[in-house]
Amino acid sequence: MPITRVNKDLDAHTMTVFAEFAAPISRVWALYADPRQLERTWGPPMWPATVVEHDLRSGGRVTYFMTGPEGEKSSGYWNVLEVNAPTRFVIDDGFADDSGQPNLDMPVTRIVFVFSEQPNGGTEMTVTSTFASTDAMQQLLEMGMEEGMREAMGQIDPVLAEAA
Amino acid sequence: MVIDRGLSAPAVDEVFHALADATRRDMLRTLMTKEHSVSALARRYPMSFAAVHKHVGVLERARLVTKERCGRESLLRASAVGLRDARSALDVLEQVWRERVAQMDQILAENPHE
Repeated sequence: MPITRVNKDLDAHTMTVFAEFAAPISRVWALYADPRQLERTWGPPMWPATVVEHDLRSGGRVTYFMTGPEGEKSSGYWNVLEVNAPTRFVIDDGFADDSGQPNLDMPVTRIVFVFSEQPNGGTEMTVTSTFASTDAMQQLLEMGMEEGMREAMGQIDPVLAEAA
Repeated sequence: MVIDRGLSAPAVDEVFHALADATRRDMLRTLMTKEHSVSALARRYPMSFAAVHKHVGVLERARLVTKERCGRESLLRASAVGLRDARSALDVLEQVWRERVAQMDQILAENPHE
């Protein structure tokens, strides 16, 4: 597996994936710069992606939809914030409605991609994802709600058991 | 972002969205202490019934709250399902990226030079 490390920072609610590929940096960059290659990497195996618009430049947009096993569609978009080919790009990845318009009720994930050439000719990629509204989750956990929730569930379970 | 397991990233985002609002967090705290009918909950907040109803809908969709018919009233209760989703958000994201990196590696192996 080319993944070397995964760091989860629960406080910052970010996750960083480190991966090494046995390919030169320009080749790895092309996986994102070429929409036909991007759509083969972006969707999970059972949810292949189709890239509709692809403008990987600062201020550009990428739109895509993924098709599920039952034919259901999940649309998304990238707002491209920063591009320095072939070493770095930053996007906000969000959800879109069926016509490709951003769904502003849903939070976006900020994703920073960094590529660096390795002495062996390979490429290291680091991808840092930050959930937009995890502050709320953090705050919630700090308030001790998790504990409260467990207690609440403890009270609910017997009720459910009786009802069953 | 969707993942082919029981838990989907959109579900996780709904939880975050639901918890991003102070009123909804307060409602959830209230419901964790004691179940409430929608109207009893609405009386606690200086806002219209419709506005309370809308907040409850967001909590319900995030599976943080369940609504159960009880006579003429609907009883609201806190549910741990949504919060569990939030807690496993980073695990889900890791799985998504493991799959992406595996797919990247495969394309590179098929076409090493473009």
